[in-house]
Amino acid sequence: MSFLLRCPNCGERSVADFRFGGETNVRPAPDASHAQWVDYYYFRKNVSGPRQEWWYHKFGCRRWFLAVRDSRTNEVPQTYWPEDRTGRGGDGASQG
Amino acid sequence: MQLFSKRKMWHKRPLKDSYDVVIIGAGVHGLSTAYYLAKHGITNVALLDRGYLGGGGSGRTTAILRSNYLTPQGTPFFSESLGIYETLSQELGFNLLFNQMGRLDLGHTESAVFGLRMRTEFNRALGVDSTLVGPEQIKKLAPAIDLRAGKDLPILAAMHHPPSGVIRHDAVVWGLARAVDEGGAEIHTRTEVLGINRSGDQVTGVRTNLGDVRAGVVVNATAGWCSTVAAMVDVLLPITTHPLQAFVTEPLKPFLDVSVSSANLHVYVYQTDRGEVVIGGGVDPYPTYSQGSTLPAAEELAKHALGLFPCLRDVNILRQWTGLCDMTPDYSPIMGEVPGVRGFLVTCGWGTWGFKAAPVAGKRMAELIATGKMPEQIAPFSITRFAEGRLVNERAAAPAGAIH
Repeated sequence: MSFLLRCPNCGERSVADFRFGGETNVRPAPDASHAQWVDYYYFRKNVSGPRQEWWYHKFGCRRWFLAVRDSRTNEVPQTYWPEDRTGRGGDGASQG
Repeated sequence: MQLFSKRKMWHKRPLKDSYDVVIIGAGVHGLSTAYYLAKHGITNVALLDRGYLGGGGSGRTTAILRSNYLTPQGTPFFSESLGIYETLSQELGFNLLFNQMGRLDLGHTESAVFGLRMRTEFNRALGVDSTLVGPEQIKKLAPAIDLRAGKDLPILAAMHHPPSGVIRHDAVVWGLARAVDEGGAEIHTRTEVLGINRSGDQVTGVRTNLGDVRAGVVVNATAGWCSTVAAMVDVLLPITTHPLQAFVTEPLKPFLDVSVSSANLHVYVYQTDRGEVVIGGGVDPYPTYSQGSTLPAAEELAKHALGLFPCLRDVNILRQWTGLCDMTPDYSPIMGEVPGVRGFLVTCGWGTWGFKAAPVAGKRMAELIATGKMPEQIAPFSITRFAEGRLVNERAAAPAGAIH
């Protein structure tokens, strides 16, 4: 698999520059139930379509950012810093 | 035994509005489940597939069968499956071209050899034929191999597993489809499940592009889209979908009659009966539903394959392809009922270990449907294992070696 990702700091690079960090999900509160922690650790939406994900620019600025990627086509319409996430993104964008 | 035939293998029939069991996915797992359901007398069964017969994982697998796994839950399970494959040609009356060539799992580091030694001992304790062999024996089994493996990672030892082999995967699909069709179950291709109907917590059927179908039991036997199907009943699965790429070279004279795998180099190599060399590796490190192939993957695989077999350096690649692997956190499948949704069964999370398990998986899923009881052989693979902290850490799965 290969495609281009736009690092918010460094610009467009090959996906080989980056490390995938998983779909965004909400970390439960420390006193959350066992079931909530199990869901958080193991269960994934694994959406076929646009979804919000964590990416890390491993061979660049070494910063984490968010990307909206369509998992069917690997098109990445949006990338942004975590603090700019409000109101953006695909599936789960408001939850991450 | 029938080798070539102009007979129709299975028949298109009109889709009825009700079945006892609907199986989503007409790949090797769905077909195997339907095949064994007939042995329990359950034949009012429909297999629904949105594509063509065996066009997903079953048509993209590199079709290596083996049982040299690590866990006490997985090893007997895969071993039983291999045993069924050994006689499946006779059972189906259809030549599946099973070439039981044997397999070498290479160790290039002290820690890898330690892992192989442990696996070998576990295998032997569970009645699986595996032996640890040294460089001399490896050279004898695969004379073309370069024991220096590109100098960086010389081969120190290997686990030899003689019952392993390669089967003609399309033949398995077609042989099972014919048996399923003759047994009375129906195969419906180009029939996409768009939703699953429920009444309370009980599944009542599926919505398809050809209309609604009632069924008290709906089996999710899909690979690649199992999360999408599970989402239809609001069920999350502990699965991410990753691509696995492989390619074959142009045909060569026979030079290799054992399959060779290296977890350190993330590559496996074998020669088919037609002479083509099949080269595959681990899954790509990012999930996707795209089945496109890429040049970096081919380059990476070729580099590692050439480390083992420098004699392939001037050989052309004939074709490259990609299949989708539903990866679970512990490299074991997820089978059985899902809490909270009665009548919805899953046989998924088959990652890179699905094709080799299909006969036994279908057998046990059919047993579960027929008896309503979870067979003890697949009880460890229940989805409840995650909440119960009973993960089945199958580190002998192909991609696990690359990660651990």
